Amino acid sequence: MAIEGETLLAGQASGPVLRLEAPISFWGGVDPASGRVVDPRHPQYRTCVAGTMLLVPATIGSSSSSSVLLELIAQGRAPAAIALGKADAILCLGAVVATAMGLSAPPVIALPAEKQRALATGSFVRLTADGVIHTTTTTH
Amino acid sequence: MIELTDGQRAAANGEDGEGAALAVHIVTETARLLGATRLIPIASAHIDGCLYHGDSGVQFAERLVAGGAKVAVPTTLNVGALNLLRPGQDRLDSHKRAMAHRLMAAYEAMGCRPSWTCAPYQTGHRPALGQDVAWGESNAVVFANSVLGARTNRYGDFLDIACAIAGAAPATGLHLPENRRATIRIETARLSDRLKASDACYPVLGTWLGRTVGETVAVIDGLPSDLSEDRLKALGAAAAAAGAVGLVHVAGVTPEAPTVEAALGREAAAETIRLTPDMLIAARDGLSTASDARIDAVALGSPHFSLSEFEDFERMLDDRSVAVPTYICTARDTLAALGERAARLESQGVTLVVDTCVVVTPILAEIGGVLMTNSGKFAHYTPSNTGYAVVFGSLADCVESAVAGRVIRDDALWR
Repeated sequence: MAIEGETLLAGQASGPVLRLEAPISFWGGVDPASGRVVDPRHPQYRTCVAGTMLLVPATIGSSSSSSVLLELIAQGRAPAAIALGKADAILCLGAVVATAMGLSAPPVIALPAEKQRALATGSFVRLTADGVIHTTTTTH
Repeated sequence: MIELTDGQRAAANGEDGEGAALAVHIVTETARLLGATRLIPIASAHIDGCLYHGDSGVQFAERLVAGGAKVAVPTTLNVGALNLLRPGQDRLDSHKRAMAHRLMAAYEAMGCRPSWTCAPYQTGHRPALGQDVAWGESNAVVFANSVLGARTNRYGDFLDIACAIAGAAPATGLHLPENRRATIRIETARLSDRLKASDACYPVLGTWLGRTVGETVAVIDGLPSDLSEDRLKALGAAAAAAGAVGLVHVAGVTPEAPTVEAALGREAAAETIRLTPDMLIAARDGLSTASDARIDAVALGSPHFSLSEFEDFERMLDDRSVAVPTYICTARDTLAALGERAARLESQGVTLVVDTCVVVTPILAEIGGVLMTNSGKFAHYTPSNTGYAVVFGSLADCVESAVAGRVIRDDALWR
């Protein structure tokens, strides 16, 4: 199966899917040092975003979420790739600035929340530079 | 491709220094991400990037400074991680404290005003109706758009300072009049006048709004026409924490909503929601994570307490003292305006916190416990940022609970 997103920041990555079941604010929601979800009200409290193909249905909350993503990247605790329900001027910025600072930033695509639902948490996927997510069970 | 002016192109090519070039690169890259094709000039900026989250943010700010970057428009600063007027109030380790200090110094070095407040609009930074600005800090964004009628998107850290240096922002989103029209209508006729007259109504209404509409622009109908700026501030802060609200109209109150019809742009609402007391009670209950009577601290001032909120607090506390640690977070300009009243409050047991707040930096006692607040935003972030459980109440509830040392809430309001 291949699911087509819109490339925001191009790149290739692979990893297990972590599909967030509720919107998140990275600031106040993800620990910048460890990558764990620290908001006890979030359904995936204590899950770790590091190394995942992170599917975010919507971003909410703090404008400091860009700082948290930059710090996750600097600490090597960032997701392998991020799919956002919609492009925003907050979360993507962390990756834009990381790249400008010479760090290796995760690719980011826009993928509407309803399309994200086709991917199950834990399944292993590959993102190609054209913004397409491939599930490994149907690729060769 | 993004259209640039000759000056922006020169800056992008490094003619104004490496800092300005990096700023223009960030602004144009964001314009591309958001599908904007041009930039628009901005009148002011408010920067949220001065709060320490890790060393990477310090490296970014110091790189701008080293590259000679200066802000091109009047720019205020949000909270940092330190109370600069009372060093040692926080429990940061020496490395983090030094880095937090360097971060705050770097933003000042770029020409930003050291206002250190999340409510710059109550200490003199008030852009005019229709002015384009680039503001960070989610509550300040909602206030600028909704209450002042200025135009800003929800700018994240790094983009806020980049726009301030470039003097420009991507022409998209809430900068464009057609995107400022409400599409959801919220009716409040079923809520009692008594509830609408209470300060506790507004953080709860904001929380419900954020969860329900996400980032969609709504117009709320039927609220009192003399709704204070402090209540609008509380509504917006909670809506921005619980959702992604950047603009909300309040019919008959906010400048782009003289009437519901005007806020809707004379078109039919895509959706109308009739709020019931039960919907608000559910949102109110969701703000608390503790249900017993015990409290270990009370925290007020998110967004930062205004002078009028201090007046309400002083009237309610009267000559009594608090029995549990009680923190009021405010702007240094507001503290200065309080004058001798600050010493009186401290003699009654209140701890005043400026330049930062108790939910963004470790100031609360490390032992943890239960924190009571009147702020929807504090209620939202306290569990994850401080480890404390939280109880929400009105300002009067918080004052009575602080004095009694246990939770006292007037629940009759909600029935």
